Amino acid sequence: MGKKLGPKIAVWKFASCDGCQLSLLDCEDELLSLAAVIRIAYFPEATSAELAPPYDISLVEGSITTAHDSARIQQVRESSQLLVAMGACATAGGIQALRNFSHVEEFAAKVYAHPEYLEHRSIDLAHSPPALRAAGDPLCGQDRLSGAPGILNRATAIAEHVPVDYELRGCPINKRQLLEVLNALLNGRRPEIPTHSLCLECKLQGVSCVMVSHGIPCLGPVTQAGCGALCPAYQRGCYGCFGPSESPNTAALSEALLQIGWQRADVMRAFRSFNAAAAAFRQAGEAYAR
Amino acid sequence: MPLPQPFAKPVKLMPDKTISVNYLARVEGEGSLTIRFSDDGRPCEAQLAIFEPPRFFEAFLRGRSQLELPDITARICGICPVAYQMSSSQAIEAIVGSEVTGMLRELRRLLYYGEWIESHVLHIFMLHAPDFLGYPDALALAKDHPALVKRALRLKKIGNAIMILLGGREIHPINPRVGGFWQVPTKGELQKLLPDLHWGLAAMQESLSLLAELPYPNFERDYEFVSLRHPTEYPLLGERIVSSQGLDLALTEWDEFFVEEQVERSNALHSLIKGRGSYLVGPLSRFNLNFNRLAPAAQEAARLVGLSVPCRNPFKSLLVRAVETVQALAEAIAIVERYEPPAEPQLTVSARAGTGAGCTEAPRGILYHHYAVDDAGIIQEAKIVPPTAQNLRTMEADLLELAPQLAELPHHEAVRRAEQAIRNFDPCISCATHLLQLRFER
Ligand code: SF4
Ligand code: SF4
Repeated sequence: MGKKLGPKIAVWKFASCDGCQLSLLDCEDELLSLAAVIRIAYFPEATSAELAPPYDISLVEGSITTAHDSARIQQVRESSQLLVAMGACATAGGIQALRNFSHVEEFAAKVYAHPEYLEHRSIDLAHSPPALRAAGDPLCGQDRLSGAPGILNRATAIAEHVPVDYELRGCPINKRQLLEVLNALLNGRRPEIPTHSLCLECKLQGVSCVMVSHGIPCLGPVTQAGCGALCPAYQRGCYGCFGPSESPNTAALSEALLQIGWQRADVMRAFRSFNAAAAAFRQAGEAYAR
Repeated sequence: MPLPQPFAKPVKLMPDKTISVNYLARVEGEGSLTIRFSDDGRPCEAQLAIFEPPRFFEAFLRGRSQLELPDITARICGICPVAYQMSSSQAIEAIVGSEVTGMLRELRRLLYYGEWIESHVLHIFMLHAPDFLGYPDALALAKDHPALVKRALRLKKIGNAIMILLGGREIHPINPRVGGFWQVPTKGELQKLLPDLHWGLAAMQESLSLLAELPYPNFERDYEFVSLRHPTEYPLLGERIVSSQGLDLALTEWDEFFVEEQVERSNALHSLIKGRGSYLVGPLSRFNLNFNRLAPAAQEAARLVGLSVPCRNPFKSLLVRAVETVQALAEAIAIVERYEPPAEPQLTVSARAGTGAGCTEAPRGILYHHYAVDDAGIIQEAKIVPPTAQNLRTMEADLLELAPQLAELPHHEAVRRAEQAIRNFDPCISCATHLLQLRFER
């Protein structure tokens, strides 16, 4: 076969719901043509075939919640030319970062009749993907949480652990944005991913403001665009699944939300959801936690 | 510790050896399987280890508003979010005493059937069929059978189209809510789905004979089948839980009949029937317990592929999924055709202190939710039992039964066959590990 081999793409999963990587399989119209120009090197939820590292592009879903995973993400980074963090879990910690505001020992002790059973999975080298297993035991016993071995106190974004080349927001990501990033990277240009707020997207889509016209609480003014203003188009307020926009004025919005009838606890919960640990939302949530 | 060698050269297994499969490919989520053989060469244990990090949903649901449940619990599983939205909404509606009926309920069923179509088609053609035909994945299959894979992708897209129209998007839909929807479609919007639904039904019917010819291993076990039962409908949204051995209970009676066990080396709970043990949920159970509630087109499809009640071969769950896809498409057409927009998109949802349960049929089996809320509508306690947690013990039992055959196979072949047997359950291992039994105390 004299054909030039396409770039190798790997898909990795950390703590997540699989929704972001499924977005790739939901590209029904593009999947076969995409597969013709790339090589899927590692994607355990779609194929049992795999290619050895290094990888040209790694798509990373999920947040880091265990000591084992904090070591595994280092190996993913080392074996990848470009690393794209996909979705709220990978870019902000995801819904599981709600543990960051509580005590994970308490969570674990109540969840598990036997928290000690958790130890096996966090230290078992067999659980590393085969392509990386050869690198040796990644766990040095650091970062252990007392009480629930291997489970970390905080769920954290990929960028807190390794340099990330591109971030795709959303819970889940917008598959158009994923295709844009892949397309751009395959063609050596910068992806065009807007960072402005959802409000502009509503205006572009001709959706009238749900907060102004109907008094519906909405996080759109502080949330990054990208979804196509989905919730307002369905007569509901944005709940912030794309995380904070560039320089969000969360204080002003919070005041406005109180004025249309929300309680302080409602404001706190609104900021503490799928992007609870993103800096701007974390601060806004903290301000209303008291 | 010796490294497992999933890609080692074929070796004949000797007594005392173990077969290990790490990173089960094409399973949603992450788990691993170990089968142990005793000194005399007999298989003595099959163990599925779930090593996904726990995400503690039931812990952080405490203190959230009852209205947030559909959005938050959807994030447990990206492949069956509608199931989580439906079970959680149903539980809260039971507590506050608002019953979703009429066209609103029909829209819910349509949305849910959209998820069934997407999930079943993905599983049948892109995840499971490659096993039967000896391909690593659907893309490799597409090289030899492009028409088949293209048809599957178009079918899958039809399920997603329903979810996009009714839900806003295919993963974590934004439109469903406790009490109904934020916005309901017009008659015209819904009817735009019809041409594709009709094409899909015909395409699925045409695929049946091909699927019937796949090489199904001869394998049967005497399962206790568990599913929902509705007086007239094929089960989707309720109302009682029944089994092939006589269980017939209201959703609120769950704890009297079922119990969860934590298993060492796994982050998932195994759900068991008290005093009896393992049971099976999912397509095989729904089909065996509700055959006469299938639409005529689906009953016809079952006859065409040679299925009859009871079907005890788990490998044939692939065929039952195909029959259920016909069911979903036929029912989707029927719902769209009789649709009249409801007067209001949602019922008013008050807050009332109490406890309540919801249970609906996710593509892979019943998904049970139970909540306690206070008089401000704040969650005090949550319990979620996903279908995969209910099937785990049965999966292990199947694998133990298959073990002697596996031991005769070259290693890579044994690995492939074991994975295929696990995929019979279409396990969403993410779900099974995120959700562990938890009591909330304040
Ligand atoms: S960001 Fe949301 S959709 Fe993506 S993996 Fe995380 S929970 Fe799932
Ligand atoms: S409107 Fe907000 S919550 Fe809704 S999908 Fe878009 S970003 Fe997510």
